[in-house]
Amino acid sequence: FLNESMSFIGDEQFEGGNKEKRHREKRRDGSKDRRKRANAKRRDRSRADRENEEFEERLGKREKGRRGRVKNDQEAKKREQEGGAGAQVKSGKTAKVKKNIKNEKRRISEKDGKAGERTEKGKKRVESAKKEIATVKHGTRDKTREEKKKKYKENSEDKEVKPESLSPDELEKLKEAVDEKKKLIQSLRGKPWPMKKKLVTLQETLRIQSHDDQGEWKWTLLMLHPKWMKFQRDFENFKTACIPWEMKIKEIESHFGSSVASYFIFLRWMYGINMILFGLTFGLVMVPEALMGRPYGSIPRKTVPRAEEASAMDFAVLWDFGGYAQYSVLFYGFYSNQRAIGWLKFRMPLSYFLVGVGTVAYSYMVVIRTMARNANESGVGDDNSFNFSWKMFTSWDYLIGNPETADNKFASITTCFKEAILEEQESRKDDNIHLTRFLRVLANFLVLCCLAGSGYLIYFVVRRSQKFALDGFENHTWWERNEVNMVMSLLGMFCPMLFDVISTLENYHPRVALQWQLGRIFALFLGNLYTFIIALMDEINVKREEEKIVKFNITMWEASLYNGTVSENFTASPITIHPADVPRGPCWETMVGQEFVRLIISDTMTTYITLLIGDFLRAVLVRFLNHCWCWDLEAGFPSYSEFDVSGNVLGLIFNQGMIWMGAFYAPCLPALNVLRLHVSMYLQCWAVMCCNVPQERVFKASGSNNFYMAMLLVILFLSTLPAIYTIVTIPPSFDCGPFSGKNRMFDVIHETLESDFPAWFSKVFSYASNPGLVLPFILLMVLAIYYLQSTSKSYKEANVELKKKLQMVIQIMKIILLLPTTVNNWQ
Amino acid sequence: MGTTASQLDKGMLSEYQELTFLTKQEILLAYKRFSELLPKEETNGISYRIPMNAILELPELKTNPFNERICKVFSTSDSHDGSLNFDDFLDLLSAFSDSATLEIKSHYAFRIFDFDDDGTLGRQDLEKLVNCLTGGTGDTSLTPDEMKQLIDNILEESDIDKDGTVNLSEFQHVISRSPDFVSSFKIVL
Repeated sequence: FLNESMSFIGDEQFEGGNKEKRHREKRRDGSKDRRKRANAKRRDRSRADRENEEFEERLGKREKGRRGRVKNDQEAKKREQEGGAGAQVKSGKTAKVKKNIKNEKRRISEKDGKAGERTEKGKKRVESAKKEIATVKHGTRDKTREEKKKKYKENSEDKEVKPESLSPDELEKLKEAVDEKKKLIQSLRGKPWPMKKKLVTLQETLRIQSHDDQGEWKWTLLMLHPKWMKFQRDFENFKTACIPWEMKIKEIESHFGSSVASYFIFLRWMYGINMILFGLTFGLVMVPEALMGRPYGSIPRKTVPRAEEASAMDFAVLWDFGGYAQYSVLFYGFYSNQRAIGWLKFRMPLSYFLVGVGTVAYSYMVVIRTMARNANESGVGDDNSFNFSWKMFTSWDYLIGNPETADNKFASITTCFKEAILEEQESRKDDNIHLTRFLRVLANFLVLCCLAGSGYLIYFVVRRSQKFALDGFENHTWWERNEVNMVMSLLGMFCPMLFDVISTLENYHPRVALQWQLGRIFALFLGNLYTFIIALMDEINVKREEEKIVKFNITMWEASLYNGTVSENFTASPITIHPADVPRGPCWETMVGQEFVRLIISDTMTTYITLLIGDFLRAVLVRFLNHCWCWDLEAGFPSYSEFDVSGNVLGLIFNQGMIWMGAFYAPCLPALNVLRLHVSMYLQCWAVMCCNVPQERVFKASGSNNFYMAMLLVILFLSTLPAIYTIVTIPPSFDCGPFSGKNRMFDVIHETLESDFPAWFSKVFSYASNPGLVLPFILLMVLAIYYLQSTSKSYKEANVELKKKLQMVIQIMKIILLLPTTVNNWQ
Repeated sequence: MGTTASQLDKGMLSEYQELTFLTKQEILLAYKRFSELLPKEETNGISYRIPMNAILELPELKTNPFNERICKVFSTSDSHDGSLNFDDFLDLLSAFSDSATLEIKSHYAFRIFDFDDDGTLGRQDLEKLVNCLTGGTGDTSLTPDEMKQLIDNILEESDIDKDGTVNLSEFQHVISRSPDFVSSFKIVL
């Protein structure tokens, strides 16, 4: 059929080519020669260049093939033939067609049953496909079309041997061919070709030139990928589908650009971390105690004292995390110090301790891993040699989909260009540098005063609240009871605005001003937090003093109980006292936990209220009062607020710091934080879309990524310090918590090693914790750090040297390339 | 309406997954959005060519100053009119996706910025580029002096062989050091 369809075509050029072939045929013979001929032909063809239209025929065949596949997957062979025929009928160039007939005839005439050769040919076909792909130039269509036709012919007509008859050597070659195909297909994705070309190449490499009488052998993608790779890809797809809030963030990105969206992406990442922490504390601490520990009311620490019973259910008390909320799994004090609870013999104190350590370790690991990943991706960020080119080529944010944002972006790009041009053209006019310097010093002085003032205010307020506590909280108003938290939150709200105002004195470039602002807010939050902790430490000491007194009182009280029964036998029948009546020590750990929980709650409330008032109410006022107001509210003073990315990110980071600090004493904190972040996400997404306008000065988010991570790391370190200090130095309360009765909290490890592990284990551990071993180990680590630092310094220097060399090479190249023109100029 | 119109064939789906940087969901979503732009009577979704002005109605492309160039670069139609069929559309999304490599992105960025399709970025190309970026309206564009200064600076930085134009390898060298390029050169449906 194929022969007849082309028999009407004839051409001289063809004859010549065919004559050549016949000549060569006569000269050479045998498989090797044929291989050489095939190679030579391929080399010719590979020299031929191609354009995209050359694939029209393949495309035609492929599209027909596609439709055929849709109808019936089994009819591969038919499709090939159809497609081949269709392509040929479409072809206009007669020369190649005839040549193909000749080739085909030659092939059929030179049938050789050797399997090894076929596999070699298979390999060569892959190579030829690779060569075709590698040499992409413009050129004639002729040779490539004939090559295509040849392939189709070959594939549909060649007789092949079944794989069972392949020898091991040939199988090896087949495997190599398969590997090459795999590599080729994997590289297809990264090639900047149109889809047509890629699909055709894929088809080509998947086909193996084999078919027996039953049907054509065709590789499918499935055969090339082992099962586990397919599973891996499905898993990747599933993971991407699981990421929450993707559409919300995409919407925000399109409206506000990537810097605002980066805050929400950061929020989502924090949410992920908190979910893991929540899982740890909930699953390994709260649930075991709730399910397997003693129930409420069985022992004194788990019961509300008689004195507080009356008010234990009041909402005000519960909101303050007193009453029933205090005597529950939410806080440290509820946990009993039984070594093993329930039928599982769950080691509760050990679990509590390890979970506390584990949350910190996990957080460190995640933050450092993310920092390392960011550092890799961003590459060398502070290269200044391509300033203008980068502004030109990379400044447009392709995610923007909102016309207003696009307009803002245009304006900002224009300003950017104009500024850069000005900077390049003229040096900064240094008029009045003394005035500027004086103003900057003044501004820093004012800021320091603010920071000192806020620190003192917090300390003062905490002392006052201690006094109130001594008097009993019932005598004071709501404000006086919650003074500390309210003051801290209000300071956090108003001081940054103050810093903003002060910074207008300084007259810095906006990016530099932003960095100063961030630094100051960071110092403010840090100062507040640490003042709070110092005040807390004072309270802990007070409580410990109290504890001593209570202990003394308890012995007296017990003695009085026994006295009443007039018994000389010290093994008298135990007097049943209701747990609620037992005098209780002040549990300083629960107190610390409660303080942190209250702080988090009030902070959250303040944030939400500021959001509602500062953003929503303002937007509502501006919108509805605009037409009855003297000046234009929208363009003038209040106008709509912009989304403050840096302020929000800092707030998020500090909240996380507080969680890390308090999680050991209040296992409910991660759960609370998860809830808080969840609500924040929805609330802030809504507020941004509803009340904010896109920023006028659009800054890139990229440079800040690692900066926020670095801050998070610092906060993580600083917030775990107080917790670690209290664990290591302060003895736990005698009657509450999982470590009660021990001398130090970490004694639980020692205890576990002694009792739960075989004897040799504890011996090994005692050897390992010998100072003679630990000190050299620390020394070794210090040396390793020093060594790594010096190698990294030397790498950096080598980097700088290489850059210089590159510059030099570029200069030399410029000279060399200009040489001909200069020579011409002389002549 | 045959099966091709309402859903993609599984074999094609796995091939597309192999050949692009998109995940399965992204390809299906792309097919859905593409089908929405098809005229009602068209049954074969994959091979139909949607004209450029219909593609430019997509909200992701509407406000982009380079939207026409993007359509023209990814279009494989014979008449170079910027019409896209589904294959071209997937190519577009793959090049602009999150997981595309820097090489692919820089290659296509170069072709998009090459307004006259001559394989290099000459002065006219750069001028048109700046006009696109500044919005093209009267009050936001640069003066001719500023324009000349800007383009001189750019050529000074990027044109290594001093032939007055930026070719592909020079462009890729400049772009590879930029920290923002990969994150800003993104379009997500």
